[in-house]
Amino acid sequence: MDVLKKVPVREQDPKVRATNFDEVCLGYNKEEAMAEASRCLKCKNARCMGGCPVSINIPGFIKEVENGDFEAAAKIIAQSSALPAVCGRVCPQETQCEGVCVRGVKGEPISIGKLERFVADWSRENGFVPEAPEKTNGHKVAVIGSGPSGLTCAGDLAKLGYEVTIFEALHQPGGVLSYGIPEFRLPKDTVVKTEIENVKKLGVKIETDVVIGKSVTIDELLEDEGFEAVFIGSGAGLPMFMGIPGEEANGVFSANEYLTRSNLMKAFRDDYDTPIAAGKKVAVVGGGNVAMDAARTALRLGADVHIVYRRSEAELPARAEEVHHAKEEGIQFDLLTNPTEILTDEKGWVRGMRCIRMELGEPDASGRRRPVPIPGSEFEMELDTVIMSLGTSPNPLISNTTKGLEINRRKCIVAEEATGKTSKDGVYAGGDAVTGAATVILAMEAGRAGARGIHEYLSGEKAEA
Amino acid sequence: MFPIVKAEKLADKIYLMDVAAPRVAKSCLPGEFVIVKIDEVGERIPLTICDYNREAGTVTIVIQVVGASTQRMCELGAGDAFEDFVGPLGNPSELVKEDPEELKKKHIVFVAGGLGTAPVYPQVKWLHEHGVDADVIVGARNKEMIILEDEMRAVAGNLYITTDDGSYVRKGMGTDVLRELVEKDGKHYDLCIAIGPMIMMKFVCLLTKELDIPTVVSMNPIMIDGTGMCGGCRLMVGGQVKFACVDGPEFDGHLVDFDGAMKRQQMYKTQEGRALLRLQEGESHHGGCGNCEDGGAR
Repeated sequence: MDVLKKVPVREQDPKVRATNFDEVCLGYNKEEAMAEASRCLKCKNARCMGGCPVSINIPGFIKEVENGDFEAAAKIIAQSSALPAVCGRVCPQETQCEGVCVRGVKGEPISIGKLERFVADWSRENGFVPEAPEKTNGHKVAVIGSGPSGLTCAGDLAKLGYEVTIFEALHQPGGVLSYGIPEFRLPKDTVVKTEIENVKKLGVKIETDVVIGKSVTIDELLEDEGFEAVFIGSGAGLPMFMGIPGEEANGVFSANEYLTRSNLMKAFRDDYDTPIAAGKKVAVVGGGNVAMDAARTALRLGADVHIVYRRSEAELPARAEEVHHAKEEGIQFDLLTNPTEILTDEKGWVRGMRCIRMELGEPDASGRRRPVPIPGSEFEMELDTVIMSLGTSPNPLISNTTKGLEINRRKCIVAEEATGKTSKDGVYAGGDAVTGAATVILAMEAGRAGARGIHEYLSGEKAEA
Repeated sequence: MFPIVKAEKLADKIYLMDVAAPRVAKSCLPGEFVIVKIDEVGERIPLTICDYNREAGTVTIVIQVVGASTQRMCELGAGDAFEDFVGPLGNPSELVKEDPEELKKKHIVFVAGGLGTAPVYPQVKWLHEHGVDADVIVGARNKEMIILEDEMRAVAGNLYITTDDGSYVRKGMGTDVLRELVEKDGKHYDLCIAIGPMIMMKFVCLLTKELDIPTVVSMNPIMIDGTGMCGGCRLMVGGQVKFACVDGPEFDGHLVDFDGAMKRQQMYKTQEGRALLRLQEGESHHGGCGNCEDGGAR
């Protein structure tokens, strides 16, 4: 084998997978994983660990994979991550661990994500479960939201002996892992449910159907329900729209609505009651992972799909693998294109979208070159569905109902990065509620930080980083 | 699971249920709503809170059969349970935030249309308990469709009932009654609260604009999560995009773009819209949300 090249990973054929919701990437088998692991240089000063937000001992677990001791590998990963089967699938490895891999200087970096996924899948298939602490320390902690930050924070605290209850607003735990990321990228019944079960096996309780700030407030949790600390991991919030004419038309959806109908409510399945307007000609506006997920969902529901993004390919915020997969499946990319109006028929239904071509000008505050409209380049696309995937703005439910909780100008909760500490005593926060929409792994990092902060607050001891 | 402790039929296809949901019962206020899901495959159905009992930990909801999920929900009886019952959602009525002494000085009129009687009831009851007697106009298609009449009479200052076909009390719309009360009987109102089908609320608002009565309406559009996440419930109010679930459900009726909201609703209410929806929703169109039937407001 060529040590400079990754062991290729098997995937469903693009033509076949464009018509089903089964997972696209099939993952490594034992032999493939061991072969890929053997490419690792086992660097002493492992840059990949520095590239990992939760600092997984990457050379350590890869060495065990190479030796064929997958249980040992799983134990090493479990020291740092509660959701390895998720992260192996959805982390942007190319900008994290794999982006700094020394093997990648001359050839291709090690497929760290695919190896992590292999170890996690092997653990699940072989019934390897995390061990709960023998007894709890009697301290009660509430975690708000059961997405990546909440699950991570809860898992870490449970391992330290805390009695943790997660409160989830929806009817199913998992947050974005359940309602946002589609089945074909992150299988729900196998991967997501198992990782949540593993957190529960650490002793964490999950109460669904509780909207904090409405059903019960943070102040009530602290004053009446006996919780000594609270971690807020409530997620990103309200979908944004462009504010262009026609956006209220029938057939315009937020990506959140579209994905929630499909993923959480399982509208794509006949045996569920919730419908989804699949559309025949669909435009998804935006270039992030959520936009790719919405586009590829619409494609699988039978539509002809365009991604409309105002910058160029280099600026697409989505993971490289998602863009690659989307193209393979037949999604068309209208780059350097910006919508100016959604066109409707006399009944208020979408019939098309007027767009303008853009060119890149000087760099803006984000360091990316600012897209500027090209005068006179307007054109119309014929469509029946438009999905807006433009990011989110913070949900005011918690900040409006919690005394003394400081928010910033962007209405995100203010929290210290290293500990998650907020302006309110005993209340910690992390993930999208603090940073605005980001990634699963960054939310997990914030969940770990919050667990450290809470442990320090309740025990007076420093937890190991 | 959330057990149903009482279920009774109020009218054709309209059922009242008391559901054990201690967290909701403890914190809910008039004007708020819940989302109810019958089982794993059911839809999330938004329903207004009709009454609540904090001691017993129960919340009263009124459900109208409009599609597959609501049909199955209405077949349940005492002893059965809903898998999910989440809330309270939305903002409480502005009334409950006001000083009752100030409210006593105000003349308030409610206009309830059909199933809209259910969300009007807890507001009138709350006012009654705080020593404020409000006038209530209840309109329905016919005698059979009048709900909660005795309950409403017990808490309203004056109760005026009207039916579209004249089969009970009088013939006419709620707007006809309101106009008569103001123009013939010389009544003065400082505030009107109208809850019912979108078209009814639109006409109440046109009338109250003419009569110069500030008016609050309660919107119940399509929604999924009810916490601001999906944006399906957006509508234009005073030229701005608002989400009914987190900004409402109550809005200044004189600022709501009813035509826009009704166009959005047409997706579910007109033959043409329904046909298009069936086409668009393809295999996933099961009629589960019930919006394809002649539903009216909640």
